[in-house]
Amino acid sequence: MDYFLTEEQQTIRDLARRVAEERILPVRAELDEKEEFPWAMIHDIAAADLFRVFVPEEYDGLGGGCLELCLVVEELSRACSGVAVSYAASALGCMTLMEYGTEEQKKKYLPDIASGKRLGAFAITEPTAGSDAGNIKTTAEKVEGGYLLNGTKQFITNGGEAEIYTVIALTDKSKGARGASAILVEKDTPGFTFGKKEKKLGIRSSATRELVFKNCLVPAENLLGREGLGFIQAMRLFDRSRPGIGAQAVGLAQGALEAAVDYAEQRVQFDQLLITMPVIQHMLADMAINVEAARALVYAAARYVDSGAKSVTEVSAAAKVFASDTAMKVATDAVQICGGSGYMRDYPVEKMMRDAKILQIYEGTNQILRSAIAVNLRKRKGRTA
Amino acid sequence: MNIVVCLKQVPGTTEVKIDPATNTLIRQGIENIINPFDTYAIEEGVRLKEKHDGKVTVITMGPPQAEAALREAVSLGVDEVILLSDRAFAGADTWATAYTLAAAIKKLEACDLIICGRQTIDGDTGQVGPEMAEMLAMPFIAYVGAIEEIKGGSLRVRRLIEEGHEVVVSSLPAVITVSKEINVPRLPSLRGIMKSKSAKITTWGLADLGVGEDKVGLAGSSTQVIKVFFPQRETTAEMLEGDVPKQVDGLVARLKKAGLC
Repeated sequence: MDYFLTEEQQTIRDLARRVAEERILPVRAELDEKEEFPWAMIHDIAAADLFRVFVPEEYDGLGGGCLELCLVVEELSRACSGVAVSYAASALGCMTLMEYGTEEQKKKYLPDIASGKRLGAFAITEPTAGSDAGNIKTTAEKVEGGYLLNGTKQFITNGGEAEIYTVIALTDKSKGARGASAILVEKDTPGFTFGKKEKKLGIRSSATRELVFKNCLVPAENLLGREGLGFIQAMRLFDRSRPGIGAQAVGLAQGALEAAVDYAEQRVQFDQLLITMPVIQHMLADMAINVEAARALVYAAARYVDSGAKSVTEVSAAAKVFASDTAMKVATDAVQICGGSGYMRDYPVEKMMRDAKILQIYEGTNQILRSAIAVNLRKRKGRTA
Repeated sequence: MNIVVCLKQVPGTTEVKIDPATNTLIRQGIENIINPFDTYAIEEGVRLKEKHDGKVTVITMGPPQAEAALREAVSLGVDEVILLSDRAFAGADTWATAYTLAAAIKKLEACDLIICGRQTIDGDTGQVGPEMAEMLAMPFIAYVGAIEEIKGGSLRVRRLIEEGHEVVVSSLPAVITVSKEINVPRLPSLRGIMKSKSAKITTWGLADLGVGEDKVGLAGSSTQVIKVFFPQRETTAEMLEGDVPKQVDGLVARLKKAGLC
């Protein structure tokens, strides 16, 4: 398929593919097995300027948008979803800064994000606030000299490895979600420590940790935008970042499809190659149809975000839901086609199946996102948006 | 530091086919790449520049399409690229190639170090580096696996020899050829690729080098390939019979007869 990418977009995609194939693919099984943060890969991604893709030019970036970010994430995820999410989480960690930050804040942090010298992370989830994201308890009390943070964030991607955190905390407890604010917190700020590193089903090379704030004093100038906007900022951020999760899903599904075709081309049963059997052919065809449909929807959503459209909630949710459901199904079918071998760690598809599950859960569970789509559907009486 | 790297664009395969009529490589349908050993030379040049400051100039001799290899070199961080291209350069053997490259290097401002790959994957001779050093009257070190130090006009390297490593100190300027142990070449960067698209490619022909036509290309070559062929391979199997001592005696006798022991 030709998605009419510009020459620059093709260059970005091709380079991301090279990094993925030459640097990530050979070590992905080892990264998964060791559950070790892929710093060497992060350095390779940085050296290739891929962290510059999503940062504006005036801060040492290349000024790309959602589609460019998606192209990189897709290619990285085709090799390893754990590495891809570590990359994407850095973008997530600085998107609120890019949109609401002051010139000074951007100048201070974005060049280091662009060069890949420092990673970013975004923190909203808490033990009491998963899908019910408004139910956060972490507080940021205004005191002399800044904000005093107290509370615990949970399941934070890049936790412990990132150096720049965008944290959503309550500056006004009495107002609930309307009293939430987005605050930048740097690693090594006194009172800011990390809890346990989670042991996960998939994306095991990525770091997922608790952030623990105990009387952590952050300068007042680290507030992003205005007090009380935090929840709205977070929802707006996810509207724009979800195509990225869709791209991660498309890349994973593409990798699983390729692995399944590869296997079917070699495996002989009943004196014939699997690939010549209609039952396998139809499974593979369905996988290919869904991967391409998911890609088309993800790119369309990314382009819609880049167009500056006001309300992107529905299309970005749709892209994330459809692509992640596709990834789960395609990876599961890839294991099925590879049979007993596919279930073994010697083959890449069992890892892909484990990695796929989180895509239906994080950045809005597919159930929550379907609910959001349904709300909009009622508003527009089912007509085309 | 002023560093020159020489590279060659080669077919991206080790299974080259030979045209029996012309005895030259069949290049149709095969993607051209930078000779893999030369990518280590580029990387080492760029690393030395990053460490000691200075400039890396890449030179290649080849047809106009070799420009692609030079643009790739720019994307990897080299500063200047020169293409030596002229009909008169065609058909050169290693001697004429070395002569042409040396003439170009003499034309440049004085350099401190010249780095080449240990050999190409198409010709496989490994001769151009040492020949060029001879023509430039510079010291030469082959199969360099690590540059240990560059200080006060001298160079200390570790080179690979069959029995192990050899540490060699040389004055500069010098010519070295490098092995793949020396580094892991970086991938291009997006900024590098964008820069390479508009990079200026300096092209020098025979007249620019100011050398005689009889010194370059086929005319300047003292060797000529008459025929390229794969040796016939014959395999036969013989089963030795009898008990073990008898089989051993039989085997030893046959090895002796074949001159293998």
